[in-house]
Amino acid sequence: MKLLEMNHIKKSFGDNQVLKDFSLSVEKGEVVAIIGPSGGGKSTFLRCATFLETIDSGEIRYMGKPAATTGADGKAVYVSPAEMREIRGYFGLVFQSFNLFPHYTVLKNITDAPISVQKRPRAEAEATARQLLAKMGLSDKENAYPYQLSGGQQQRVSIVRALAMHPEILFFDEPTSALDPELTGEVLKVIRGLADEHMTMVIVTHEIGFAHAVADRVVFMDGGVIAEEGTPDEVLSHPKNERTAAFLSRLTD
Amino acid sequence: MTFLTMVTQLANGLLVSVEIFVLTLIGSLPLGLLVAFGRMSKCKPLRLIIQVYISIMRGTPLMLQLMVVYFLPATLFGAGLPRFAAVIIGMVLNYAAYFAEIYRGGIESMPVGQYEAAAVLGYSKPQTFCKIILPQVIKHILPSVTNEVITLVKDTSLAYVVSVMEMFTLAKKIASSQTTLMPFVIAGVFYYIFNLVVALIMDRCEKKLSYYR
Repeated sequence: MKLLEMNHIKKSFGDNQVLKDFSLSVEKGEVVAIIGPSGGGKSTFLRCATFLETIDSGEIRYMGKPAATTGADGKAVYVSPAEMREIRGYFGLVFQSFNLFPHYTVLKNITDAPISVQKRPRAEAEATARQLLAKMGLSDKENAYPYQLSGGQQQRVSIVRALAMHPEILFFDEPTSALDPELTGEVLKVIRGLADEHMTMVIVTHEIGFAHAVADRVVFMDGGVIAEEGTPDEVLSHPKNERTAAFLSRLTD
Repeated sequence: MTFLTMVTQLANGLLVSVEIFVLTLIGSLPLGLLVAFGRMSKCKPLRLIIQVYISIMRGTPLMLQLMVVYFLPATLFGAGLPRFAAVIIGMVLNYAAYFAEIYRGGIESMPVGQYEAAAVLGYSKPQTFCKIILPQVIKHILPSVTNEVITLVKDTSLAYVVSVMEMFTLAKKIASSQTTLMPFVIAGVFYYIFNLVVALIMDRCEKKLSYYR
């Protein structure tokens, strides 16, 4: 089953067309890694998929339900706010800079949205949170405030915060880019663990080795389009597109 | 008039000053938030009106504003507001303008990532503002608010222009009737103690909010 379908997405900022007829589908249980040079449209794609930006035209569907369709005038039309709220529940997003709420404890960061947005009982939300924290090795941190944690711990908490909403699909926006090199490992390990549990994920990343190890499919984005996609082996080890090859060789220099 | 009588009379005046102080805060702190919303509104005419209002409130003397609120209705309609009410209205309108700009600065300095995290988690706009943004804004702006609150303690003395019987008005009256400067000295000491208490309370508030960074 297709969890996410994005078809013919176009998005411009002023005169700058960042997404040019971009299409991507994600199957349930699939792990998709998005790589490519900065300015290639990776972040914009992610922001459009998570409704942080509105698309100019094209179509977005989650679990078959349309979130945005193209109207008669060729412009994108979004569904009603109530339907958007429901569709938002299908996905989670882990930010590059964590964006934890600094005035909430770790536990409250994780449980507040399930309780006040999804109306889950507090006991259930807290049980889920504690279970996830334990899995991440953060059980002793539930009463800590974000500023008391390392970057790697903060990012793991933000992954728990996203998981606690029980999303069908989880997006990652360069989850290790803001971390010191010695802290990236602990976050990548967590994501790898989720992949082993067949969590559906779309990961924008610069960690090519990680993408190779964890992704079922690698998408190389450049100039607002998908320049190449395939298995990690195809795209990362034997790229057919010369732009992919050039990008990869720049990274390994 | 003995020293003790003076102190007692001025202490009664101080109660009125405290009343002006408290009522002004109760009115202007929430009104300031509404004004800040208006100032940041997408509706251009509203934004413009609020900008003019803030500009006038900050650009003219508070003393003059109090006189306008008290004397203008009386001149125009022949019936004015009671003195005390006029002072409270004038002070609330003035302080709301200052607080609005402080709120706006605090709200606009919030990192956009906080809004985005809340949006992705499905918080509604009111929820995002009340649960995520406002608590952080309050912590952020508290030092600026403390400044204004301390100024307000001293500004209560401006009520003398419409002869509300607060401490400064009384001090002036006693000073001229008894031909002594002693009431001003006593009033000065009272204002200072009043502000010490205010500073202490605000400091407590800041400490209470220092549990996170």
